[in-house]
Amino acid sequence: MAITSIKNLKEFSTNNDRFEGAHTLCPGCAHSMIVRELMNCTDDNLVISSNTGCLEVSTAVYPFTSWDTSWIHIGFENAATSVTAAQVMHKVRKKKGTLKDNDAPVKFVAFGGDGSTFDIGFQWLSGAMERGHDFTYICLDNENYANTGGQRSSATPVGAHTSTAQAGTHSYGKKQKKKDIVSIMAAHGSPYVAQLAPNKWKSMAKGFQKALEVEGPCFINTVSPCCTEWKFDPKDTINLTDLATDSLMFPIYEIIDSHELNILYRPKNPIKVEEYMAAQGRYKHLFKPQYRHVIDMVQKDIDDKWDLLQRREEARL
Amino acid sequence: MSVESQDLNLCANDNRGQLQLGAGAGLVGWDEVTQGIVLTSFNGDATGIANKKAEERTYSEFNSYTASVASWRVNKPVFNRDICIDCQNCWVWCPDSSILSRDKQMLGIDYDHCKGCEVCVEVCPTNPKSLLMFNEHADLDESLAAWPEKKKKEKK
Ligand SMILES: Cc1ncc(C[n+]2csc(CCOP(=O)(O)OP(=O)(O)O)c2C)c(N)n1
Ligand code: SF4
Ligand code: SF4
Ligand code: SF4
Ligand SMILES: [Mg+2]
Repeated sequence: MAITSIKNLKEFSTNNDRFEGAHTLCPGCAHSMIVRELMNCTDDNLVISSNTGCLEVSTAVYPFTSWDTSWIHIGFENAATSVTAAQVMHKVRKKKGTLKDNDAPVKFVAFGGDGSTFDIGFQWLSGAMERGHDFTYICLDNENYANTGGQRSSATPVGAHTSTAQAGTHSYGKKQKKKDIVSIMAAHGSPYVAQLAPNKWKSMAKGFQKALEVEGPCFINTVSPCCTEWKFDPKDTINLTDLATDSLMFPIYEIIDSHELNILYRPKNPIKVEEYMAAQGRYKHLFKPQYRHVIDMVQKDIDDKWDLLQRREEARL
Repeated sequence: MSVESQDLNLCANDNRGQLQLGAGAGLVGWDEVTQGIVLTSFNGDATGIANKKAEERTYSEFNSYTASVASWRVNKPVFNRDICIDCQNCWVWCPDSSILSRDKQMLGIDYDHCKGCEVCVEVCPTNPKSLLMFNEHADLDESLAAWPEKKKKEKK
């Protein structure tokens, strides 16, 4: 595969963008930072599909497309289905020798939001993983249904205020814990799953390259801070991602062949989740005395999870 | 400070940012959409597009590259070449593909596609910053003349 150099940012920046401006994502949206990185880490032809969501509606404002690659959108739940169908077609035509350029390398990638990945497209994604197609699925995890006004999803963390899990006098926001999508995908026997973040651009580019290179169904959950629904200033998207990875709210790690777990970022001085929460409006209510216990609960979950990840890394299981 | 790096058509293809996207201008209603239409991103052969710079490509009228979101901005980032160290932080994190870098050098900003989010300013590591926000209508030369001095480290 035509990997592009990610040795340092200067070399990385010699890539020519294949994701164009004048899409209509909010200023400061992390979705497009992540998409640009994926598209810049390879020179191979790309066939990309998107589930319905902010990325899809904003990059296909009829009659415009922001994609310099083949791109397909069908419905909310079936980015995995449509891109794997294209992948099978490509395989068959390659065998028959009916492609325009039979030797040109092509990679198949699906993008879905957390709503479509964790909830509504879950069984379609699971099916595609089980069938074992050679493709990469990337979830843009902004922890809510952003495109329809910020409803809670099974990726929304405990204590966050959303339009359908509201904070108030008797409610601290979402009660349920976030689904562990990375473990679920690893349990499908995937050769490569990871959780990556755009502030750590190098580990993200490396992870993307690995997923594109490895044969079989790969899954990557990416943290995608949403200034509109998380309620922070658009200029702080990367600053906030730093808080997310330094508080270990979003640990950065990969799992190879369902068991070989590698932690890809170890903050020297992990910060308290409180600091991460204080930077966002969606957690504002937790700083009232009656909801203090929720912050402590989240902190404990983070500590336990970090402990578990480190133990799994060591034990290789 | 060279004026070229503030060139509004820097590294631009002929048809960059032709149509101002805003308030539905240039867009069609839901009932006017041609069903099953294939929108091609380029005119003619798109082979090897990853190895072509924007200014060498033949974007089709359907490519959002040919549209502009300049009207979204209230403030704009201004680039000061004299301080820049070409670290490319701004390039990797710009959400709107609006940092124009060529051959490892940061050259300037694509003002047709920049939305003024200020992320590039935040991630710029130089002191003073090589990118700063100014009012959309500010004169570029005046902005550069008003550039702040190097900030001393605050004692803690
Ligand atoms: C089957 C179906 N249900 C609901 C919708 C409405 N809908 C469109 S976008 C969206 C939210 C998408 O959320 P997510 O997948 O998290 O992506 P985000 O917009 O947050 O990036 C919803 C609910 C739909 N289009 N199709
Ligand atoms: S609502 Fe959030 S995810 Fe959607 S475009 Fe805006 S910032 Fe991005
Ligand atoms: S202000 Fe935002 S959109 Fe404009 S160049 Fe900077 S990062 Fe890109
Ligand atoms: S972030 Fe600042 S120093 Fe780095 S390339 Fe951009 S303008 Fe230059
Ligand atoms: Mg979402």
